Amino acid sequence: MGNGRGSVISDVAIRRNRYYDSVFLMSVAGRLAKLPGIEDAAAVMATANNRKMLLDLGFDPAGLREATANDLVLALRGEREAVRSVFDDLDSHLVRNEDAVSSISAPSLREALEEQPASNVALVSVPGRYAAREAHAALDAGLNVFLFSDHVAVEDELALKRKAAQAGLIVMGPDCGSAIVAGIGLGFANVVRRGPIGVVASSGTGLQEFTCLVHRAGSGISHALGTGSRDLTDAVGGLSTLAALRALELDRETRAIVVLSKPPGAGALGSLLAALASCAKPTVVCLLGLAADALPRGPRPLVARTLDEAAAMALRAVGASDLSEVQSAVDVRRWVGAEAERMTSEQLYIRGLFAGGTFCYQAQQILRDLGMTASSNAPLPGMHGWVEGETCCEHTLVDMGADEFTEGKPHPMIDATQRSAHVLAVGEDATAAVLLLDVILGYGAAQDPAGDLADAIRGARAGAERRGGHLAVIASVCGTDGDPQGLEGQEATLRDAGALVCASNAQATSAACELVGRLAGNREAK
Amino acid sequence: MTTTLQALLDTGPIAINLGLRGFAESLKNQGAPVVHVTWEPPAEIDADLASLLDTLI
Repeated sequence: MGNGRGSVISDVAIRRNRYYDSVFLMSVAGRLAKLPGIEDAAAVMATANNRKMLLDLGFDPAGLREATANDLVLALRGEREAVRSVFDDLDSHLVRNEDAVSSISAPSLREALEEQPASNVALVSVPGRYAAREAHAALDAGLNVFLFSDHVAVEDELALKRKAAQAGLIVMGPDCGSAIVAGIGLGFANVVRRGPIGVVASSGTGLQEFTCLVHRAGSGISHALGTGSRDLTDAVGGLSTLAALRALELDRETRAIVVLSKPPGAGALGSLLAALASCAKPTVVCLLGLAADALPRGPRPLVARTLDEAAAMALRAVGASDLSEVQSAVDVRRWVGAEAERMTSEQLYIRGLFAGGTFCYQAQQILRDLGMTASSNAPLPGMHGWVEGETCCEHTLVDMGADEFTEGKPHPMIDATQRSAHVLAVGEDATAAVLLLDVILGYGAAQDPAGDLADAIRGARAGAERRGGHLAVIASVCGTDGDPQGLEGQEATLRDAGALVCASNAQATSAACELVGRLAGNREAK
Repeated sequence: MTTTLQALLDTGPIAINLGLRGFAESLKNQGAPVVHVTWEPPAEIDADLASLLDTLI
């Protein structure tokens, strides 16, 4: 039973063989944590990692010992009466709002296929240890697979992709967050216009930012196919990337093709460049994190350094307008001058807190290309490692979607709680000059992600003012006017909180670099 | 029946969703046909045995 601590107790309740998906459980935990008398709440399936997390949080080991991955655990800390009240009426807290779930349901893949024989794709987002099995079953049934699940073994990924290749199918994933097929978003995706530009991407937020930029420039996307974060490693060999490229080359609607990825393995890079060079359509490649001189610059493929540059090249290739429509509406130079005036001589550094891993990566690359160094929990070559809890002593760019932040906790694209705490901490950091943020809209993302961060932004700015300094905040919103959250309103919320809103992560990062460059110059001049 | 990637691009997604219900709802809101599988994890058995069972069934 629980560990009493005065009137505050920590206790767990277990429901055997009751499975719920992680998003639902996060919503349960969020609701429970807001009840009077409850200080902390977790609702998780009792996997080994989650059991360890609960033990680390001080929950009763005896209660957890016999729980398995198929069992639900609710862990509560709070006033004894409040905890007891929840546990006495536990099932009422586990009721889904069935009214909101009105799509047709079936008990198994086989019955789903009987219900809808024309099915052509399976979305698989079950826990990683079961995901390969379900994906094999889907391929065996003749379905393409969008495999959102992560923690799938690389051997399983290879076996799945080989099976798909033999059948003329594709496996998008594992760890694939986003795709757009014929105007329909799968997973996390923005509402973008259909058009002539095809995308193949191993990075989910890279795909989202690129497709948003193309939409905002007035053009559109034929298809944007995710491939999974490991596809272009030498272990996997780019099987899904190459399949997607061939399909887009044959696709009548697609007139130019863009490949977005982190740096591939050497063998996979060779295969990719050969495929792009022989493609009958114009091709653009953007390999974020690769050294500036690593690829020869030539017509086939065109090589872009940033997502903005990739979008500009693709737009030109299809004869559309350029990216000039998608520029920050403010005079950045004037803004930088005014902000720098209000800062102390200690304030010299950028603190980037990103929901999108690709944005953290791209921001580091932009700094590195300017000869700057930074610390990161996901460092590019040449950057310094940083771990959660460490004091920030130079430019620090943090991927808050990394495993150490999301193990047993919601991703920052869904829930801003963790990121808000870090934003507030930046306000107490005497060397922080500029806070750099991304906000991601679209299907799957939080309902009001800018609103969720606004109070923390105000709080951080107030903290800096109290110390006699001033914190500049620069944000970019990855989204479109068609997204459920609405681009314009989200940008306005950030401006109201005191942020400079730039039109892209690359533009926001460049503005941050300009500001800290000015501050360093001012200090030298003194 | 067997479809291909090319057919998926030509037709647009006609989806079966296993896992997060929200993905089925997003597809439905976009007007795409989707059937959601009320997935539950299989009973705790050895992964090799599960694989063997799959080949036998």
